[in-house]
Amino acid sequence: MRMTQSEAIPATTSTGFPQSNARSRPTARKNNSLWKVAQRSLRRHWQLYLIMVPGLLYFVVFKYIPMVNAVIAFKDYNVVAGIWGSEWVGLKHFAMFFNNPVFWTLLKNTLVLSVYALLVGFPIPIMLAIALNEVRDGLFKRSVQLVTYAPYFISTVVMVSMIMLLLAPRLGVVNQGMQALGLPTTNLLGRPDAFSSIYVWSGVWQNTGYAAIVYLAALAGIDPTLYEAAKVDGATRLQKIINIDLPGIMPVAVIILILTVGSLLAIGFEKVYLLQNPLNLGASEIIPTYVYKIGLLNANYSFATAVGLFNSGINMLLLVLVNSWARRVSDYSLW
Amino acid sequence: MMNSSTMKRPARIRESFGDRVFLSGVYLFLLIVFLIVLYPLVFVVSSSFSSAVAVSSGRVWLGPVDFSLRGYEVAFSNPQIITGYANSLYYTFFGTLISVTLTVLVAYPLSRRTLFGRDAIMIFITFTMIFYGGLIPTYLVVKNLGMLNTRWALLIPQAMAAWQVIIARTFFQVNIPEELAEAAELDGCSDLRFLWSVVIPLSKPILAVLVLMYAVGQWNAYFDALLYLKSADLHPLQLVLRSILILNTTTSGSMEASVMVERQQMADLLKYSLIVVGSLPVLLIYPFAQRYFVRGMLIGSIKG
Repeated sequence: MRMTQSEAIPATTSTGFPQSNARSRPTARKNNSLWKVAQRSLRRHWQLYLIMVPGLLYFVVFKYIPMVNAVIAFKDYNVVAGIWGSEWVGLKHFAMFFNNPVFWTLLKNTLVLSVYALLVGFPIPIMLAIALNEVRDGLFKRSVQLVTYAPYFISTVVMVSMIMLLLAPRLGVVNQGMQALGLPTTNLLGRPDAFSSIYVWSGVWQNTGYAAIVYLAALAGIDPTLYEAAKVDGATRLQKIINIDLPGIMPVAVIILILTVGSLLAIGFEKVYLLQNPLNLGASEIIPTYVYKIGLLNANYSFATAVGLFNSGINMLLLVLVNSWARRVSDYSLW
Repeated sequence: MMNSSTMKRPARIRESFGDRVFLSGVYLFLLIVFLIVLYPLVFVVSSSFSSAVAVSSGRVWLGPVDFSLRGYEVAFSNPQIITGYANSLYYTFFGTLISVTLTVLVAYPLSRRTLFGRDAIMIFITFTMIFYGGLIPTYLVVKNLGMLNTRWALLIPQAMAAWQVIIARTFFQVNIPEELAEAAELDGCSDLRFLWSVVIPLSKPILAVLVLMYAVGQWNAYFDALLYLKSADLHPLQLVLRSILILNTTTSGSMEASVMVERQQMADLLKYSLIVVGSLPVLLIYPFAQRYFVRGMLIGSIKG
């Protein structure tokens, strides 16, 4: 990342900073001028620095201090001794987690849900955006947009209640439909094998319209002369989509893919937690819900923090890997 | 055979048969998507306006059956719901006020090119999107600050998001020219006065985006309340809805027996009504919000 001092230096020369002196000692000059620039900026913008304090303090207290607090993963935390007074135990809690038979189930469930959600949730908004882009502006297009964005605003609690009502064993619309077709009715939410599909497809229902917005914007930004040239060459609509639209949204798609993979294991914890019931727990217990239960409900802070840290660590690793992969194959990346 | 529209635009090449078939397919696809998304919404709203008997016998499938407002009457006569509603309005109003203020106060300075250290501060903020300290360590911070079981626990710990800071900063950077700030400075206008009298009035679109994003987030949140709040009189509406809709628990203590029986009968109807009631404020602002949410997405997708 380029620093701003290079831009700011010209503005400072008018102050009479002793340049000839600085030139003779390059490294000293650099440090010295950096310090001068900082001082000068502080004097000029002291009000701006001042108003940033509460917000920056927020990030320190609620984002960075928790990162430091995470050391309790390597300790046996007890409330009386506090975070720093508790005894160091090294990797004990991690070892306990990896040796626990539940580890593989948790990892499998977390990966199944997140990879399934990625495979389905990534391409469908692109399809919707491309389809909307093919259609002329008008009432139909606006109606589709208005309706498909709407579920995004529904809260997790309401979303899960809707799923439960629609899938209810006896009265749910889904089972009534099954009955009408002469198919057997089941308690879908009680079946571990149906859990991932319920989770993923209800997510598609809720988020596709909203996720399509960013692709629609990218499509709107494509140079119209490309379409005209394609038209003159006699390209079909499908050829235009493949050769103009898809390359046009590529940069955005890659960034979104990176961000999604980077938060792969931080999946919709709040929704999974609400969808859980004793019958489907075999498929619905994931690492974050386990952390909540072990940590807060059983007050096993250190162990839960270790499990959470494992999750965050894997996430960051995935983000770095997919970012470098994207940079190699597509020229687009986050950094 | 030339019709008038092709006469006017001679350059236009007539669509081939294949293209017209393809376009019909696109329309069909969109129609199916439209119906799939719309149906559950219509179903829930229709059920909420039907009678308890119609709902519990499964007769509602499209429009309301035996139109009735009974579900809403019961919903609004429940003291839990009223308390939850009042609490949620409180959290949404003050939470949004705090969030938007803090975000603007950080984002505007970071949009100024002459501010020393702004890239470093930006990295400092962005990093919080990549690495998360964890549920328990965050909980311990809130606990040590003495915020557990107080209203602060819902107003402060989630007050800011790095993403919103990035969006706001990008907006200021694109829309408030640096030259304007410099000209104002030459005229003796302080940074704060410039922010208050020039930047804020010029930034209504981003303020609307921030207000809506934070307000909808705050209204819809339940998990922090579950983590941090014990006493029921502090619970926001979403948590009340969770106990009624998902855990199927209701307060029975203060209720008369006849009401209890009726409650049992119309448990399902009540659920549909509560879903509508719980989403009402968001649904009311939705037509307005939609435009700003789209804009927020678009600003966010510009590389800042």
